[in-house]
Amino acid sequence: MSLLAVEKLSVGFPGHTAVHESSFSLDAGETLALVGESGCGKSVTAFSVMRLLPPNAQVKSGRILFDGLDLLTKTPAEMRDIRGKQISLIQQEPMTSLNPVLSIGLQITEVIRRHEKVSRKQARARAIELLDLVSIPDAHRRIDDYPHNLSGGMRQRVMIAMAVACGPKLLIADEPTTALDVTTQAQVLDLLDDLRHRLKMAVLLITHDLGVVAQWADRIAVMYAGRIVEKADIKPFFAQPLHPYSRGLLGARVDVDTEEHYLSDRLTEIPGSVGSAAGEAGCPFAPRCPIVVPACRLAPPPLIVQGERAVACPRVSA
Amino acid sequence: MTALLSVRDLHTRYAVGKQVLRAVDGVSFEVARGETVGLVGESGCGKSTLGKTVLRLVPSAEGTVVLDGADITHLGDSAMAPHRRKVQMIFQDPFGSLNPRQTIRTVLDTALKVHRLGDKAERARQMQEIVTRVGLPADALDRYPHEFSGGQRQRIGIARALILRPALIVCDEPVSALDVSIQAQILNLLVDLKRDLGLSYLFISHDLSVVRYFADKVLVMYLGRIVESAGHATLWRDPRHPYTKALLAAVPSTDPTHRRAAPPIKGELSTDIVSGCRFSSRCPAATDRCRTEEPLLRPVGESHHAACHYA
Repeated sequence: MSLLAVEKLSVGFPGHTAVHESSFSLDAGETLALVGESGCGKSVTAFSVMRLLPPNAQVKSGRILFDGLDLLTKTPAEMRDIRGKQISLIQQEPMTSLNPVLSIGLQITEVIRRHEKVSRKQARARAIELLDLVSIPDAHRRIDDYPHNLSGGMRQRVMIAMAVACGPKLLIADEPTTALDVTTQAQVLDLLDDLRHRLKMAVLLITHDLGVVAQWADRIAVMYAGRIVEKADIKPFFAQPLHPYSRGLLGARVDVDTEEHYLSDRLTEIPGSVGSAAGEAGCPFAPRCPIVVPACRLAPPPLIVQGERAVACPRVSA
Repeated sequence: MTALLSVRDLHTRYAVGKQVLRAVDGVSFEVARGETVGLVGESGCGKSTLGKTVLRLVPSAEGTVVLDGADITHLGDSAMAPHRRKVQMIFQDPFGSLNPRQTIRTVLDTALKVHRLGDKAERARQMQEIVTRVGLPADALDRYPHEFSGGQRQRIGIARALILRPALIVCDEPVSALDVSIQAQILNLLVDLKRDLGLSYLFISHDLSVVRYFADKVLVMYLGRIVESAGHATLWRDPRHPYTKALLAAVPSTDPTHRRAAPPIKGELSTDIVSGCRFSSRCPAATDRCRTEEPLLRPVGESHHAACHYA
């Protein structure tokens, strides 16, 4: 049984549907990357799992099974016991996720004391251990610092310390390094990877950066306009992406491994923008697709499983 | 032939409380006509401040900026005005840099009016031409910024920079806020414009892959100083400064079989100025000499400079 199984999840906002019948699963200790452009529904998917959707959003259908139990049927009180204990979330901008007027020690011990019966003193000792775990130097002194005393990378390490404080089975990392410099990004992602092995934690890594996916994920699910269009293991995906959108994304990226230069190579564009999916009755990618045929405009193609991978395009096969 | 832009020993300082932050601390470089110079570094290294100082949007403390043969370092506002046309800027956030209550026509027309370029009919013709040139729909002029997608808004930002027919465009992270599929469209557009209009770019970015693709010459900046400069091919093939090496190693490869090495440097850029080399506190190869004696930028190859004792 998978640790997390999202089954045919649809989430709507007034006037549009953000996520259409998305299904994916995640095993214990595994990192699944959920990839797509802004507005594709990847963060809405993450917030659905956390049951933290904004009030105007509505889960229209589907199930979110965590350890076999449907999170969508949990009461708010039950969810409060699950969040931070079994499932944690870290977000893109650590400065806005941390409370600026509380010391980081207080914010970490708050999580521990919410879920476990420990004294203040014990919780503080645990918080220092956690800061050590996320490689914050001088943890016993830094614990009394405020968020503004820390650099961006250090703040994200504090967020990770809070997220793993109670040993969650699942960590949702929503663009955890997008606001960080490239040298810091590598340090933070290596830390997350190390922790997931040591704590046997599954990671749902939400990102738009395919380099991050290739280096730090086990499997990938590509989303476009609210639909999952391809699912695969990392190596076969990067060796041969199947869906035209996946291919376009890899082609459009300036790759650090090649010697592409503007004088000799032109970047491959995906024409148009994701906005063209609005009002499209068929495949949401059809307006931008290089291999579109009239049949694509009739109905959205289903995600067809082909061996170890799945792709929502009848025009390609593995 | 003289360079289009020549910057000599430029310093920019900000007052932070009672302290002085040396955001740009003695930078020299040139941009030739038709050349793209890439400026890379981590956030806080001073690269945006350098761009703004060149444009005279931020006052310089020392040094000179020579644009097209004229020293613009100390010109007053009215004396500077004719030179402003020659250098324009494209910003990172295309929404934040457009007035939401002005149509695209007003945005572009204001620039032309300020510089007293053409009568009404001529201005209208120029605006229509530029909008088409940057790939916006013909009816874009009478619409408002919110009616456009992120990529289209960046095209508006480019149109606004181009309408004055500048020689040099300072691009400050022009594609960082855009999705990957849109980044390629904008970079291709910038390449076409450069070729067709003979533009020069000072291209500021933290994204090494993009700079590698887009620049002819690359400057690597660390804590207000240029630590390495070289032609694009040389820098990637033969980086000499440990900071450049670390930056390059940290970019994740899209080849999952190409395993990453552990990050060669620890910690983050801090503004505490230490004696000796500014990078010594993070450098894996720092020696006692590095901690006492500051290395100067010196030639290490043909058109290749590095500021490291051991480069």
